[in-house]
Amino acid sequence: MNQDKTTRRAVLTGAAAVLATPHIAGAQAKAVRIGMQATFSGPLAQSGITHRNAIEMEVERINATGGMAGRPIEMVYRDSKSQPQEAARVARELINSDGCEMLFDAESSAGSFAVQEVVRDLGVLCIHSSSETSSLTADPKYRVATAFRSGRQGIHDAIVGGAYAAKVAEARKLTKWATCSPDYAYGRDTTAQYLEYLKHFKPDIEVISQAWPKLGQPDFTEVITKLIQAKPQAMYTALYGGDLTAFINQGNIYALFSAMQVFSVNLADYTALTAIKNLPPGIATGNRYVVTCPDTAANREWGEAYRKRYNEYPTNWSWESSTGMRFYEGAAKKAGSTDPKKLAEALRGLKIDCPFGVDGTVTMRAEDQTVVGYAIGWGTTLTKPPYVADVKPADWGTIFELETEWKKRNGFI
Amino acid sequence: MDLDALLDCVTSSSCLVTQTTSGLIVGMLLFMVAAGLTLIFGVLKIVNFAHGTFYMLGAYIAYSTFAFTGSYILGVLAGGLGMAIFGVIFERVLISRVYGANVLMQLLICYAVVLICDDLVKIIWGPDFYAMGMPPEFQVPPLFIAGGVVPPFYIMLIVVALVIGGGLGLSLGLTKIGKIIRAAAHNPNMVSALGINTTLLYSLVFAVGGMLAGLAGGLAAPVRSLTPGMGFSILIESFIVTVIGGMGSIGGALIAAVVLGLIRSFGTIGFPLFTEGLMYIAMIIILVTKPSGLFGKEIV
Repeated sequence: MNQDKTTRRAVLTGAAAVLATPHIAGAQAKAVRIGMQATFSGPLAQSGITHRNAIEMEVERINATGGMAGRPIEMVYRDSKSQPQEAARVARELINSDGCEMLFDAESSAGSFAVQEVVRDLGVLCIHSSSETSSLTADPKYRVATAFRSGRQGIHDAIVGGAYAAKVAEARKLTKWATCSPDYAYGRDTTAQYLEYLKHFKPDIEVISQAWPKLGQPDFTEVITKLIQAKPQAMYTALYGGDLTAFINQGNIYALFSAMQVFSVNLADYTALTAIKNLPPGIATGNRYVVTCPDTAANREWGEAYRKRYNEYPTNWSWESSTGMRFYEGAAKKAGSTDPKKLAEALRGLKIDCPFGVDGTVTMRAEDQTVVGYAIGWGTTLTKPPYVADVKPADWGTIFELETEWKKRNGFI
Repeated sequence: MDLDALLDCVTSSSCLVTQTTSGLIVGMLLFMVAAGLTLIFGVLKIVNFAHGTFYMLGAYIAYSTFAFTGSYILGVLAGGLGMAIFGVIFERVLISRVYGANVLMQLLICYAVVLICDDLVKIIWGPDFYAMGMPPEFQVPPLFIAGGVVPPFYIMLIVVALVIGGGLGLSLGLTKIGKIIRAAAHNPNMVSALGINTTLLYSLVFAVGGMLAGLAGGLAAPVRSLTPGMGFSILIESFIVTVIGGMGSIGGALIAAVVLGLIRSFGTIGFPLFTEGLMYIAMIIILVTKPSGLFGKEIV
């Protein structure tokens, strides 16, 4: 009899222990497979790798705390080789052959638009974490009910950048402007939107010279000398990555940055900041990812944890993917399920705690299924860490107002 | 098209000086890569599609040497020497097996080497892009000549490239080994019949070609981004140079590279949306009017 009681107690204790530690129960449940296609090879491999790095951190954390509705996450990664047709093929294969229940698209815009059509065709749940082309989610003709975006948008950057530049231009009487951006859709669209909002806030701006170097162009000398000859008071550039680094290194020896005030939307990312050996002070830059924007303990902790784990600082891509995985986690909690339809329903309008939110939270806006409320701001460069100072956080009220006008002008709403 | 801006530029001394030196620097670095490409073709009739990889590896070796020693000169020399050795290995192990074979086989081997080396760079140095940074001795303000802006670093690059190019031309024209190389380009069987070790000769040609590309990569490393696959874009431009200058002609490569550099520097002012197109138009004009290139008959 006593032995029976002991046995029952042991069983009850064991059952209680299992219930109290959901990660053990979760580990025994069938894993939820999430397929992610990104660029893991070629010159742009860094994007896929730093997307994956952030996802690995989040998956480890989520699995250690019970997974998605009790199921551990198992990621399946595939290389799109930076080719849109390959991205679409791989995305389809992840669902049809690899048994993935949902997708995580970490492609650049061309690939994301291709994946979007696969998502539409298969009706699968997907979060885009990399594409910044606004129309992907803003334009109803591209929108898909089961597709969401956890990355920043070009239109948001344009509004914030234009407002910041207008204030600087007003204070320092900068009226003659030049631009230098990569010669493809992103560079042209981003530059046009930036100038539109710069002129919106300061109408007396005059653009006196524009340069459109090719993406991956090894030498920017002739572009730099052209800009010097034009003698603008200020210049905007949407160059990024290795192109931006080369442009700054080559511009340095022409003393370009003392000849004009430069506004670089993509400079404040550690990839570029740490690669430039002689970073000129005083370049105005939009934040991509820096641990000081938002200047909160949560963001610093996340940035340091990433650096400690990978021996380098995160990129803009890292926070975008981290946010996407947090949305999947939050949706599963809200829905109490990993059923893709229930997750999609839960994602619409979902507000989650997030280190990258301007107020510690971000929201998946229901109307266009895209993230809002992330920290976005402009500051000026320093030659040493933390590299960017005086970051002025954006006013999301102004962003919403002007974004709505932009959508109306383009017939999106 | 902005012809007014172009007219203003060519009538302004400051713009002329700035854009001309800008064109020269772009052209001279291009020449150093294209010279090796055209030399290898001239002697061995091999179109080395892996030549951009030599440039990339030279830049990475220079970067690491500079990081380790702090000496830019050592970095550049290491890039050149490293690629001379790599050129010999590449020729002996792979290319020597496809002499006279179908050009597709040569292309396949070169392309395989490009992909392998790009992946090796990612494994050794990582996928990030790197910048060497300007050596301290060149961290000086630019010079102003006739109102134009000219960085001292670029003057050094132009001079070094001219010295190397001139030295190569003189070596091929005046030295015994240069004469043997030129003879081998015309009639390799006869050179071999005379008891000259053509195996060694061919390796030497690849060593010189690789060294030139490696030196170019090292010289450019302070101002260009280092990234896996960086050799591809310069390879395309090098092919344009060799087509315009004439496959196998060092002198033609020099003139074509400078012309392309000037097209870029002045084209970006007059035809900002069509600068790349201008280079290809120049190539098409040459292909139509003189398919062998400007100095195509002058095979070294």
